[in-house]
Amino acid sequence: MTVQESSSRRRIEDLMRENEDRLVDRWVEISNAPLRGRVVDSDVRRELRDLLRALLRSSESPDGGADLRGLLADLSRTRARQGFTPGETALAVFTLKEAVYELVEADGGEEVLHGYISLSRTIDELGLYTFEAYTAAREKIIADQTEQLLELSTPVVKLWDGIVAVPLVGTLDSARTQVVMEKLLQTLVDTGSEYAVIDITGVPAVDTQVAQHLLKTVMAARLMGAHCIISGIRPQIAHTIVTLGIEFGDIVTKATLADALAFALRQSGVEVVNRRRTRVSVRAEEA
Amino acid sequence: MDRVPILKIGDVLLVSIQGDLDDQSVLTLQEDLAERVVATGAVGVIIDITAVEIVDSFVGRMLSTIAGMSRMLDAETIVVGMRPAVAITLVELGLSLGGLRTALDLEKGIALLGRTASAPLDDLSAVGQ
Repeated sequence: MTVQESSSRRRIEDLMRENEDRLVDRWVEISNAPLRGRVVDSDVRRELRDLLRALLRSSESPDGGADLRGLLADLSRTRARQGFTPGETALAVFTLKEAVYELVEADGGEEVLHGYISLSRTIDELGLYTFEAYTAAREKIIADQTEQLLELSTPVVKLWDGIVAVPLVGTLDSARTQVVMEKLLQTLVDTGSEYAVIDITGVPAVDTQVAQHLLKTVMAARLMGAHCIISGIRPQIAHTIVTLGIEFGDIVTKATLADALAFALRQSGVEVVNRRRTRVSVRAEEA
Repeated sequence: MDRVPILKIGDVLLVSIQGDLDDQSVLTLQEDLAERVVATGAVGVIIDITAVEIVDSFVGRMLSTIAGMSRMLDAETIVVGMRPAVAITLVELGLSLGGLRTALDLEKGIALLGRTASAPLDDLSAVGQ
């Protein structure tokens, strides 16, 4: 920054400091116009005033920029969470130019105009910084959600004494299979269950890789001394499996979860009796 | 650990492996076990690996070898108490341990042996009388 530049920059910053309230009012007005009432005016006013003060401070002290960047990152994070687009977020910074220009126009001095060019360059940098902060915030949100999804999507449920089931929903990849496998095997140990039903009704497609993952899980459960049943195989999936030539070997497969449960109950020696028929006959006698 | 103790309960030999095995004690165990099966005329061998946390392909093959050996001597081998991590490791190593029977814990292992082995034995003792 040359001497002339820094003096003209100081001039415009003095101008901004003098007209702070007016400037903030105008800035809030311009930046909120395209958001159509999705934000609260008083919140934005506080945010933008803090930003403006940090901006004016940043040229005075060498480490003032850190404060400003922190405020911008906060702004981007909150807006990313509230579902604003990156454009709308950056616009909050860029609209400062318009508000300042009105001041410059009113002043009319040439030096102020030079300062405006310099300030405009700084604002561009800040705007780009909000873009970066916004993207980083969004990526973090996505990463968190992926992790939550992984935890949510693998429940192991107990169907009966000694029979547990894992309803799989969504596409199976290596990472998810690993989580499912570990959780299922741990549940087998914890509950002492001898039968495990893997229900793939919610799996949209089965290819050789998914089949391989399933086979591994079944093998591991077998090594621990449990029997695995795969259920919920839809007609198209059965067709795909046969067409691909995947061998399920001696693994028990059933069409529905109910069939698998009935099979596991039968194998573990539980008898299920339909009692409704007797009730009907009692009623018939009463009549 | 130098020697793994082999316990006899009725017709069944119980081998409880405490801790991780080195290669030499694996070989010693195989020899000891073969001798004991012959000496006692056991019909079943239960290997309890609840305490084993780390396996390699050598230990995996040991289980298969013991199972094969016992079958030759007319005794059935059941491995009980395998930990999830161990099971995953064995599958990742590509060892499916075909022909080896497994149970979740010692109790279920004994029950499994009882289901398969006791019936013909009773018949034999009936013939003897």
